[in-house]
Amino acid sequence: MSNLDLFTTRRPELGLSKLRQLDVTLVLSWAVVAIAVAWAVAPGLFTPHSGTVGIAGNQLRAPDATHWFGTDEIGRDVLARIIYGAINSLSGAVVAVVVGFIGGTSLGLIAGSVGGRLDTIIMRIVDVLLSVPGLLFQLSLIIILGFGTVNVAIAVGTTTVAGFARLMRSEVIRVRRADYVEAAFGSGGRFGAVLWRHVLPNSLGTVIAFAALQFGSAILAISTLGFLGYGAPPPTPEWGLLIAEGRNYLTTAWWMTTFPGVIVILIVLATNRISQSLRRTP
Amino acid sequence: MTRLLVSRIGQAAVVLLLAFTASFLLLQALPGDAILIKYQNPEMGLTPEQIAEIRVLYGADAPIWAQYGNTLWNFLQGSFGYSVQAGVPVNALLATNLPPTLRLASLGLVFAVLIAGVLAFAATLAPFAWLRNLLQSLPALMISVPVFWLGIMLIQIFSFRLRLVPIINPSEFQALILPVATLALPIAAPLAQILIRSLDEVQTQPFVSVARAKGASRPWVLWHHVLRNALLPVLTIAGVLFGELLAGAVVTETVFGINGLGRVTEQAVSYQDTAVLQAIVILAAVGFVLINLVVDLVAPLIDARLKNPVGASA
Repeated sequence: MSNLDLFTTRRPELGLSKLRQLDVTLVLSWAVVAIAVAWAVAPGLFTPHSGTVGIAGNQLRAPDATHWFGTDEIGRDVLARIIYGAINSLSGAVVAVVVGFIGGTSLGLIAGSVGGRLDTIIMRIVDVLLSVPGLLFQLSLIIILGFGTVNVAIAVGTTTVAGFARLMRSEVIRVRRADYVEAAFGSGGRFGAVLWRHVLPNSLGTVIAFAALQFGSAILAISTLGFLGYGAPPPTPEWGLLIAEGRNYLTTAWWMTTFPGVIVILIVLATNRISQSLRRTP
Repeated sequence: MTRLLVSRIGQAAVVLLLAFTASFLLLQALPGDAILIKYQNPEMGLTPEQIAEIRVLYGADAPIWAQYGNTLWNFLQGSFGYSVQAGVPVNALLATNLPPTLRLASLGLVFAVLIAGVLAFAATLAPFAWLRNLLQSLPALMISVPVFWLGIMLIQIFSFRLRLVPIINPSEFQALILPVATLALPIAAPLAQILIRSLDEVQTQPFVSVARAKGASRPWVLWHHVLRNALLPVLTIAGVLFGELLAGAVVTETVFGINGLGRVTEQAVSYQDTAVLQAIVILAAVGFVLINLVVDLVAPLIDARLKNPVGASA
């Protein structure tokens, strides 16, 4: 979870003059994410070509006016495959973040608010989760869950539980010390009610920014597992798999590997930038 | 200090025991039996009785708690069981495949540290604000690049377009350049990010102004006063970097077709060879825990303020 360490070291505040200039990148980032989501929702609106069926005699065409990103070894439009693949990668990332968010925040909330022995036990479990490198942990889960898009997403999500739990716990501990929480307990609030009304909403802000960051890392992790061949089976246009397929045509068709990678980078950069902006606004 | 040492070692042992237990439950106790997968193959023409015999041979018929005890005892003695797929002890697999991975990973680490250091110093000392901003945003870009894609792009550019690194019959040195670069760049990114922030923070401290007022040049102050103080946050992610390095090696070896721990891991997953995967997971956990232990113990030597962790700081 190197991104948690990066996440918790805050950047020095930027001056006003820089803020205006940075807003451009923020707007661009939201635009990139919006386009990716639109691809996932209605791929047919963005490309006239099919994402899975190739046209004979159209193989390995270099990028031109009709095929912006070229075509692959059986005549499928590469851009169409990227667009139709958005649903796989994005829904996988959403599942992963939801798994990590729900699992991690509940563990962190319990650990931070109940405290005592339960806190020690939960944090020891988190230590164990953190002690195994993310990829190896994901592979251990995939080996028992089996291959496939959903299993890969669950495996990636489970890896992020530890990060969410640690962050949520530290936020809860910070909020718990606040006067209004003490006051709520003092005026007779039940434990569960105070937790739900006061502690949870006030600790969620930072965690949501972290979730945005995790969304980007989840896309990276899912594409890595797809590249290794543990995700969706071949005809499916998954981004990591597209790059893996293009590997065999490096000498003849550079566009098959280059463009899917560029799209992944753009989306990950965009989500990281959005996460950064969410963190700065209180 | 001794009490702190004992308690930290105890904590590390507990984490490792829990990691072993979890990985055992996950990988050995749950279904997905590697022995059945291999020997039930009709081509082998084995009768169920023969398969049962093989299971006895591997100890797979014993009750789960006995298997747990046995496996733990063997792990403690440094024996990691048998690879069902390869038919050899896991130790033998590791002995042949660990050295290439270690070489790749250590070279990757050295270059990552060099790249991160140069980048951080350049981003702090560069003459123009726009150049500093550009250099400071570079790690964020590097962190967003998929490792396997980076490897493929490097092959594409340096081997196929520029023909600088031959694919066929490369010398040992040539064969390592691209994999090491692939591994080093993504590791350098978080390192550079933390180092840049840490340099920024330390630079605002009073002792830096004092050193500057005494007439020291900026690079001199950075090198002699700031760097030492800025290194501590970097050390705290050393364990995480070790994990990233290992995961990066798995992917890099796959991209470049290098035989090593990465290839073994990939095949273990494909053939559900759980004993092999468990050994690798536990080795990774041991590495992570040991590195963090060493960092915890070394940190007070670098920063004397950490010598009294309880009390004074509050």
